[in-house]
This record gives sequence, structure tokens and C-alpha cells, in this order.
Amino acid sequence: MSYQVNGHTIEHDEEGYITTLSDWSKELADEIAKTENIDMTSEHWEVVNFLREYYDEYQIAPAVRVLIKAIKKSMGPDKGNNKYMYELFPYGPAKQACKIAGLPKPTGCV
Amino acid sequence: MPDGDTQVPELAFPLDIPCLKRGAMEGTKPFVAQAEHQAKLGFPGELVPDWKEKALAKMQELAEKNRAFQVYLDICVKCGACTDKCHYFLGTGDPKNMPVARQDLLRSVYRRYFTFAGKHFPWLVGARDLTEEVLNEWYSYYHQCSECRRCSVFCPYGIDTAEITMAAREILDSVGVGQKYSNEIIGKVKDIGNNLGLNPKALRATLEGLEEDIEDDTGVSVRIPLDEKGADILLVTPSADFFAEPHIEGLIGYAKVFHEAGVSWTLSSYASEAANFGLFIGSYENMREISLRIRKAAQDLRVKRIIFGECGHAWRVAYSFLNTLAGPWDFLDQSYPVPQHILEFTWDEIQKGTLTLDPSRNDHIRLTYHDSCNVARASGMGDYPGGQFEIPRNVIRAVCNNFFDMEPDTIREATLCCGGGGGLLTDDLLDLRIKGSAPRMKALQDVTEEHGVTHMAAICAICKTQFGKVMPKYGYEMDAILSVHQLVSNAIILTGQEDADEDEADDA
Repeated sequence: MSYQVNGHTIEHDEEGYITTLSDWSKELADEIAKTENIDMTSEHWEVVNFLREYYDEYQIAPAVRVLIKAIKKSMGPDKGNNKYMYELFPYGPAKQACKIAGLPKPTGCV
Repeated sequence: MPDGDTQVPELAFPLDIPCLKRGAMEGTKPFVAQAEHQAKLGFPGELVPDWKEKALAKMQELAEKNRAFQVYLDICVKCGACTDKCHYFLGTGDPKNMPVARQDLLRSVYRRYFTFAGKHFPWLVGARDLTEEVLNEWYSYYHQCSECRRCSVFCPYGIDTAEITMAAREILDSVGVGQKYSNEIIGKVKDIGNNLGLNPKALRATLEGLEEDIEDDTGVSVRIPLDEKGADILLVTPSADFFAEPHIEGLIGYAKVFHEAGVSWTLSSYASEAANFGLFIGSYENMREISLRIRKAAQDLRVKRIIFGECGHAWRVAYSFLNTLAGPWDFLDQSYPVPQHILEFTWDEIQKGTLTLDPSRNDHIRLTYHDSCNVARASGMGDYPGGQFEIPRNVIRAVCNNFFDMEPDTIREATLCCGGGGGLLTDDLLDLRIKGSAPRMKALQDVTEEHGVTHMAAICAICKTQFGKVMPKYGYEMDAILSVHQLVSNAIILTGQEDADEDEADDA
């Protein structure tokens, strides 16, 4: 179970989340997105970048609400809403966007 | 693995026995826990070489230690009353998902090794040798039971099927075959304090953000305190309430109710989880360890009362087992229930008249209510029988003008499972979850046709997440599932709240 990026092999778990977080790169994010049938646009990157910044600070992904609030600030209310987040990431901003951002999967009753 | 997108079953309503699809769910199974997940729970990291002896010894130990389990193994007469009561059987048609058949996967092995007839004439009594194939079958089908106990309601002997499932999972764990989803999560509770792995710094930042949101919305400063020593009330709530939608709206509702009631309360970062997945895997030791965190938090914070937020199985563990697991609670104020449910608290305040409620603020919603299985069938609420059915509905009626119950044989004690309970709320079982939710979705569609119902409320974090995921498959928006305290939050007018009428106009 691994991704191949620029000749490197990067391990992931059964669900496609990378196992060593420091393995992440922008090229890898594009590669993961491809397996998720997502074409990365600047809007996708806005979300992924926010997730990574938040993770750097708090060692966990933000609540969906926190993500939406941040996107609302940076991209306006048209895009800072739940519906738009699901348009970008059909399997959910928390799980699918985290996977592309190279963060661990949020666990629990979520 | 089927992705579930094309797996919505066609069911009749009222619910009827489906056509049998032998082997339909054979091989469906969740990811197996890795060695690191197992180790934190005290289980072997992989299938042990002498697994057969170990599994049988564990079965014997459980039968000797837990009389009820042995009785459940011995007394089933296969009358069939349970067969069509399971949502997973109704949704999948797989005959091994008939509760009686699923139980017999374990019972047939019990007969072979622990009963006279099975030892000497196995062919006569359908007794089976324990083989690796059987072990795999257990792993698969005992993770197609959500321990919701609907079948038990209809069993003339009162056999609690969930106990069989829990025992099977306990046996599997003891030989090194655990479920990744549940066991990884229990490990996180032990390491960090909650299922999510939300550390105190992140939790504090999240709560501060919510305080800002409430003030932006209402103009009133409502606190969501964390780790405040000397507070009267410790609120223990599922960590999903800090993270997911619509759960977080419920948390805002609790905070508003506490604020208006004028009580001092706090959350704990150490016991920042109400859920107790130790129950799901049948592990008393793990269930106890998780419960003891609540005891320690209550003592460290010197609180007088403990209140649980909206979480189904947490309320079962709290209401039914907390005293045994982590008592005595003699250091708490005995003039209040130990523990108390947030809905009891809110209903008391509504009756006392401390909350200003405007139910018309929920007039854009035509609502039904899903009784969560562990609240409905495994616990009580308030000080009278059936309080667990009435109190949530009382609160709902006080905050929402348009409420319609689903068909009587799908609610209250006979409620249908959401399809994601008991440790099955994981993406690797999505196909099962979609199929298993079909009976509940049929009952919902029925009340939509009958009364134009648009939304459904629940008081369990698992139910809410499960419905958010599966309801779109059945023609509803993902935000058609609501927290009960989200409705309370909508209707409550805080003292000093600005522009209440204008807000109402905005919402409409």
C-alpha cells in the first residue's frame, strides 16, 4: 500500500492516509487527489493549506465549523459554507481533505 | 469493497421479511486492528498460535463468569421471533444476519465443546468444530450487529443478543483479532482523553471559537468553560460534539441552557469523552478504565454533579453501569440524579420556567424523532418508567411546533437502529451501514409522505453522524439530521439577546 511520487515510495494505510506525516509534499497531494478523483484547484489548495497550518499549530484537524469559518474569511460566504466544502470534497471536508493534506484521519463518532 | 452508492435496498413498508440472499454479506468485514492498537488495550497483536485453545478457554471463562451469557447460549429454542427484527437482516437479506442465525455461529461452537450432545453427537445438534473459517465468519458477522437489542425486545426468552456479539468480539480480541476502528479509538481515549485525539490546547481553541460564534449570533457572552475547578456541574459529552455537524450545534444548545439556568459548569480535558467503546468490544476492563477517567475528573475539579450530553451508548454505560464501574459517587450531591442526562436538566428548567423559548423559530422544520437504541432499550431517564421516551419528546414539543412521530413499531422500545451503532460507524463498513439504515429510512420516508416531515432529531453522536452520511442516499439533505439541543438552541432567547425578532426574520 503506497503512493509513487518522483521515484519515491510513500506508505499509506488501508484507506489511503499516509503513515509518516513528514512524507507529505505538494506532488504527493496531487497524487492522492488523483486517486480520489479530485482535480486540485486553487480552492482545494486553500482548504488543504489551512488544514496543514491548523495541524501545525494544534496537532489535529480542525472541526468542520472552524474550517468553514476560516474559508469564509479568506474566500467569502459563497465558498465558506458546508455545501461548497462537499462540492470540493464529496466524501467530506474532514476526511477526504485531511487525506490529501497528509493528516491523520479524524476518528470517533464523526 | 462496494462503495455503497448503488447499494440502497428496496424495502416494503410496513416492513416485511425480505427475499433471502444467501451469502450476500459474506466476506464483509471491517479492517483488523494492528499490533500497536491491540497492545494499548492489553490484547495480543496478531492471531496467537494456540488461538483455538485460547478462544475456547475464553468462551468457557465468559460462560462461567457471566451466568446470563451461558443462559443465552443454552435456552434459545429457535422459535424465529427475532428473525425479521434486525435492520441488517432486513437491509441485506443475508440469512446469517437473522439474529438467531448470527448467534448460532457462536452457539454451535459452544454446543460442540461444552454440551453433552454436542461433544458426542455433533451432527445431531448442529454443533461445529472451531476452525479458522469459523473464526473468520465470527469476525465478519459479529461486526454486522450493532448491539442495538431490538431483537431482544421480541425474544420470548429475553435473550440479549448484544451480549453474544460482545462475547464474540471479546473472544476475538483475546486471540489477537481486534477491530481497528474501535480499538484504535479506545487507545486514543487512554492516551489523550477522547475518541478524536483532541488535545487540551485544540479543545480550548475550539471552545473559544464557539463562544465567539454565540456572541456574534446573539450579542450575549455565553461561556463554555474548560477545566474550571469548583464548578458545580461536570458535563461529559461525546467528543464529536467538539468537532462534527450537527453535534456541535447541540453543544451550543447545552451552553445556552446552562447559561440561562445560571448554574456553574465545566467540561474536562481529561474526561473529554462520554463515549465508551469498551462496551462495544465487550471488554469490562477497558470500559472500567474509560469510566474511571470521569471519576478522576469529577474529583479533581471538585464538582457536585455530573451531566451527560447527547450520546446513546454513553448514557447506557452511565445510567446502568457507572456505579459498578467507577462508584461509589458519594462525594457528589445526592439531591440530584447521579448521573443526570442533559435532557432531564433542560426539561426541568423548561418546567421551572427559567428558559425563554420561542418555538416558532423552528417553524421552518417539520420534525420527527429517532429514539437511539441504547437510550431507548438499555437505560431510563428521569424518575419514571418510559422517561427516556417522554423527556426528549417533551423538550422537542416545547421548542418545535411541528412534531410528528414515526410508525409506532419503529420508535420507542421498538426503535430501529440508525445502522451505524456498536462500533460499526466506520467507512470500511459503509455498504453495511447504508443497507442497515434502510428500515429506519423507510419509516422516515413514510412520515415525510404522511406529514411532510423535513428533518429528524436524535440524541446520539453515532446516530447523527450515521444519518448525515446515509440520509442523502435516501433523498434527504445531509443537514436534515439535527441535535435535539440544536432545536433548543434555535428556540431559546437569551436574556439580553439582541434583535431576536430580526434574527427570526433572517432564519425564515
